[in-house]
Amino acid sequence: MKLKLQVWRQKNKNAKGSLKLYNVEADEHMSFLEMLDVLNEQLISDKSDPIAFDHDCREGICGSCSLVIDGRPHGPQQGTTTCQLHMRHYKDGDTITIEPYRAKAFPIVKDLVTQRTAYDKIIQAGGYVSVNTGQAVDGNAIPIEGGIAAKAFDAATCIGCGACAAACPNGSAMLFTSAKIAHLSLLPQGQIEHKSRVRKMVAQMDKEGFGMCSNVGACEVDCPKEISTDNIARLNREYLSASLGAED
Amino acid sequence: MRWIINLLTSSIGLKLVMSLTGLFLCTFLLAHLAGNLQLLYNDGGEAFNLYAKFMTGNPLIKFISYGLYTLILLHAVQGLVLASINKKSKGSKYAVSAKGNGSWASKNMALLGTLILFFLLIHMGDFWWAMKRNNLEYVTYDGVEVKNLYKKVQISFKEWYIVLAYMVGLFALALHLLHGFSSAFQTLGLRHKKYTPIIKGIGYIFSILIPIAFAIIPIAIFFSQN
Repeated sequence: MKLKLQVWRQKNKNAKGSLKLYNVEADEHMSFLEMLDVLNEQLISDKSDPIAFDHDCREGICGSCSLVIDGRPHGPQQGTTTCQLHMRHYKDGDTITIEPYRAKAFPIVKDLVTQRTAYDKIIQAGGYVSVNTGQAVDGNAIPIEGGIAAKAFDAATCIGCGACAAACPNGSAMLFTSAKIAHLSLLPQGQIEHKSRVRKMVAQMDKEGFGMCSNVGACEVDCPKEISTDNIARLNREYLSASLGAED
Repeated sequence: MRWIINLLTSSIGLKLVMSLTGLFLCTFLLAHLAGNLQLLYNDGGEAFNLYAKFMTGNPLIKFISYGLYTLILLHAVQGLVLASINKKSKGSKYAVSAKGNGSWASKNMALLGTLILFFLLIHMGDFWWAMKRNNLEYVTYDGVEVKNLYKKVQISFKEWYIVLAYMVGLFALALHLLHGFSSAFQTLGLRHKKYTPIIKGIGYIFSILIPIAFAIIPIAIFFSQN
């Protein structure tokens, strides 16, 4: 199939970028990133600068790939990362617009690559269990109700790709932060520090320059792991009760 | 007291204020509607004029009304400030914008709020200010002199452009409430598999019925005179 691509090209963080038109011959069995690989090989053989984009596992689990395809982070397919989006969803002659994530806290490094360290900093602020939990115990030593375990697991499937902040009209990181909060606070090991954790992580999230949640819901639509905004309500609830109940 | 400032200046605290003031303004809408529906009584305005006198004369209600003005201003000013912070947090816009990711109202709450604020200025300028400025005619009921706000309402709603302005304002209010009502509960963290559908249902009914009930008043008065 012959495709027309409108790709955001930007030399560096401070340069002014623009959309450039490319033609590429793709196969329906290719993944979206493989299609970009083909285009890049073409660009390299033409002695032009290949398009920079993030990718790593190409299995939909690492959260490296990003891209906003026709206005949607990770493209049009529900619950799918860019690397798992296949060209069979497109037809001959289609024009596809590819842009980088847009959020102030995710500055563009080059072309389609954005710096997403802000999410790492939110995790570093408290997204872990620091109490001593000793040796690995038997999997069933701590009883956890099935439904609760499932909720914690659903939240834990977040791969931290940044699609939520990219989809949000406010560039808010609430879905990501809430998923991290929920998956820890629902389980007994994470429950212990949940009050200080939620306050630290929200403070860091605000410091990174993410916007505020206005309950638009675009994040959960575009999340490749289909994380629910239920978690955002949990984050609000936990933050308010932790802030009001704390002694400091 | 540092903790209060920390809480209220955090992203979630700022939203908490929007949520609580918004819900309070919803209860005000109910009270305001109940009072104003008296305009439709077929008694030449007696019930409404006596109600207007009570609402402007009672010291407790006066105290509450100043609280209300403060909260309207807080909700409006903070809403606009947050919308501008959010716009900056987004940075730049996409060349192609996707459709279907969130309702139009949810993405345009500041615009709708601004429309409502303009409507409020027209509305208060017409009636609230007229009541304050003391240039209304008086009527006498059982020997008590009362300002005839009813007549002022009749005169205003005789003009089609005023009725139209009210329709625009109320339509913006309906859209603002369609997102705002259930959103306020989400911000408070009140989300539950059993109760959220009920809250959303009440929100939809509230957002549509209240503006329609308000809209009936100018329309009915307009057609009774034209």
